[in-house]
Amino acid sequence: MDLNTLWFVLIAVLFTGFFVLEGFDYGVGILLPFVAKTDSERRRVINTIGPVWDGNEVWLLTAGGAIFAAFPHWYATLFSGFYLALFLILVALIVRGVAFEFRSKDRNPAWRATWDWAIFVGSLLPALLFGVALANLLKGVPIDASKNFVGGFFDLLSPYTLVAGLASLALFTTHGAIFLNLKSTDPIRSRSLAMTKKIGPAATVLLLLFVVGTYVWTDVYARLGANPGLVPVLALLSLLSAGYLIHQERMGWAFMMTTLAIVFSVATLFMALFPRVMVSSLDPEWSLTIYNASSTPYTLKIMSMVAGIFVPIVLAYQGFSYWVFRHRITAESKLEY
Amino acid sequence: MDALTLARWQFGITTVYHFFFVPLTLGLVWVVAGLQTAWYFTGDEIWKRLTKFWGKLFLINFAMGVVTGIVQEFQFGMNWSEYSRFVGDVFGAPLAIEALLAFFLESTFLGLWIFGWDKLPKLAHLAAIWLVAIGSNVSAYWILVANSFMQQPMGYAIRNGRAEMESFWALISNPHVSVQFPHVITAAMATGAFFVLGISAWHLARAKDEETREAFRRSFRIGAAYGFVATIAVSVVGHTQAQYMTRVQPMKMAAAEALWETADPAPMSLFTVGHEPERRDLFAVKVPGLLSFLAHNRFSGEVKGIQNLQAEYEAAFGPGDYVPPVMWTYWNFRVMVGAGMLMLLLAAWALWGSLRASFESSPWLLALLVPAITLPYIANSAGWIFTEIGRAPWIVFGVMRIESGVSPGVSAAEVLLTLVGFTLLYAALMAADLYLLAKFAKAGIHPPALGAADEPELGTAGAVRA
Repeated sequence: MDLNTLWFVLIAVLFTGFFVLEGFDYGVGILLPFVAKTDSERRRVINTIGPVWDGNEVWLLTAGGAIFAAFPHWYATLFSGFYLALFLILVALIVRGVAFEFRSKDRNPAWRATWDWAIFVGSLLPALLFGVALANLLKGVPIDASKNFVGGFFDLLSPYTLVAGLASLALFTTHGAIFLNLKSTDPIRSRSLAMTKKIGPAATVLLLLFVVGTYVWTDVYARLGANPGLVPVLALLSLLSAGYLIHQERMGWAFMMTTLAIVFSVATLFMALFPRVMVSSLDPEWSLTIYNASSTPYTLKIMSMVAGIFVPIVLAYQGFSYWVFRHRITAESKLEY
Repeated sequence: MDALTLARWQFGITTVYHFFFVPLTLGLVWVVAGLQTAWYFTGDEIWKRLTKFWGKLFLINFAMGVVTGIVQEFQFGMNWSEYSRFVGDVFGAPLAIEALLAFFLESTFLGLWIFGWDKLPKLAHLAAIWLVAIGSNVSAYWILVANSFMQQPMGYAIRNGRAEMESFWALISNPHVSVQFPHVITAAMATGAFFVLGISAWHLARAKDEETREAFRRSFRIGAAYGFVATIAVSVVGHTQAQYMTRVQPMKMAAAEALWETADPAPMSLFTVGHEPERRDLFAVKVPGLLSFLAHNRFSGEVKGIQNLQAEYEAAFGPGDYVPPVMWTYWNFRVMVGAGMLMLLLAAWALWGSLRASFESSPWLLALLVPAITLPYIANSAGWIFTEIGRAPWIVFGVMRIESGVSPGVSAAEVLLTLVGFTLLYAALMAADLYLLAKFAKAGIHPPALGAADEPELGTAGAVRA
């Protein structure tokens, strides 16, 4: 495997980590208005992700930094091309992050309601838009010969990308509902179980549509043939078994399965994309690939060494943090937010 | 306005705004870590109350720094895609490393610190805040490695139509970062110190109960010592940096002094009203020889002027205007230095007061220190505006001009929309941030209960709230 491929895989792994981790905390944010009826319940819901959401978000920042360092043309085309979509994501992430810190620091109900609303919208919008954005990498957007995006915001919206966005939204919400069920006590626990049963089937249908759509609306069939391989099938199977496990109320295993569904979905997308990083809808020759968009072998080598040393360290202490906060948030828990 | 001008305004506004929060994070975190360490070793409850008090203000500020930092990472690609393409092989690496080494560290351990008061052993909980301090300051180093590449590009070669990394070591050991990093870090410490001094002074001028007085007496002493050391240090390293910049970016320093013509000995301008298009003074008060002294440590010696440098640059880079906006550069430099000098005087006064234990009965000192909280903010902002505008017309000094870096595919309307959007959002968030900071600063070491509205007894049960 050359370094360009290694970095493609690493960036896919960073996105996977981001979606698995921030996926459930987006889900929790989206569910906040539906599973919590009183202020103390809302505080408990937020406290399930309180210690970890910021660290989860760093997976995105690291993925962004890694794209910049390893594939500068990908970074430049993607960020300038998906301009307004990224602006919306930024606004969402800003209000959401501030809301977590600020919402409980004043007892005025209007103050708290405003920030809770910010948490809801700030979680919903990225959960939807990240799916739309990633699907656009594969479906193709107007990129010209000099690697510049020449379309507009509405070029990003199509049936396929909207299905992908709704699939990521539903998948993260299900993932978050299971997480919340694992981390809370009644009544939040039973309400989030009810939510998984409502949204889980929708997520499964949308994920199926996304996989089918990948064959209908992109060049995957032409490039890779009819046999989808194991990965998209595993994505669907994971989600179906999550549904089964939810009905058995074996929620720990169900959470493992939604995690795998996210892992395999992101893998499906990146495998279909490889070795391209952004498909040009104008001319396949103008697509950005891991070779024509990349940094020099020297930079990739340096970055590989840095990642080789520090990624395991980061995983170790982030894992430690999850272990420290492994217990359920109960009505008796001290609430820090 | 065209997309280029709007993109520059957006970078200026979002960066200056982001840097309202960063220095306080960098400077105050050492205070919080130090206070908690004092509590760990003495068990004195006042140290714990102070850790919580300053920790709460730290967290309110930290959140703003984090979320506005995301914009910074995205913005290079969004508004400056040609810049990103051209320098990405060099410039992307420090940004990625910053996220991997620093952001993960500070965010994960801050989560552990906020929520870990009862879940972690005392020593591990103390270690968490120290790791946050290290993480945030390491982050400053990497972002300044990136900025130093723009100020004085090192460790690269122009190949294949872009800047390619030649030596990672040369990039990260850039002599520019070794003067800039200490300047930023000490300025951040001064910011933290004046924040502590101002709020402590406010309480000492009002508080009646002895516990509060004792707590803020201690805070005041810490702030005074910290502020004095930091302002001395920021002045010394700032002076070193200015001498260094006179060598590597003489145009910036000539503009900072409104020195139109090369002079030997060079006078230092105290006050200049210039005619920028004609590059001459309209009115000026100058101290003879002082600029030579500042540049060379002796009262003679050549300091290059704007006109001569313009001719040099034209010879080196071809025809064009190589003069940055002189009045912006000149006045921001003066505001930075002036605010810094005021801080030095106030910090010296505060330290004198705390050594003689007279500060509590000095109403003037206590009253002045409250508005003085703003001084480091003024100096920090002016310093960045000075150094970034003073680099004009270059986005990477001597290598790439600003207008070559802007995104070609992004329209003026799109930049305007996001500029207005960010500005309005930032203004609203600033109001919320200041409201909370003022509220908790005034509340002192006995903070208000923040429990759920429907179950007040639950909220107050958690006396240990970060």
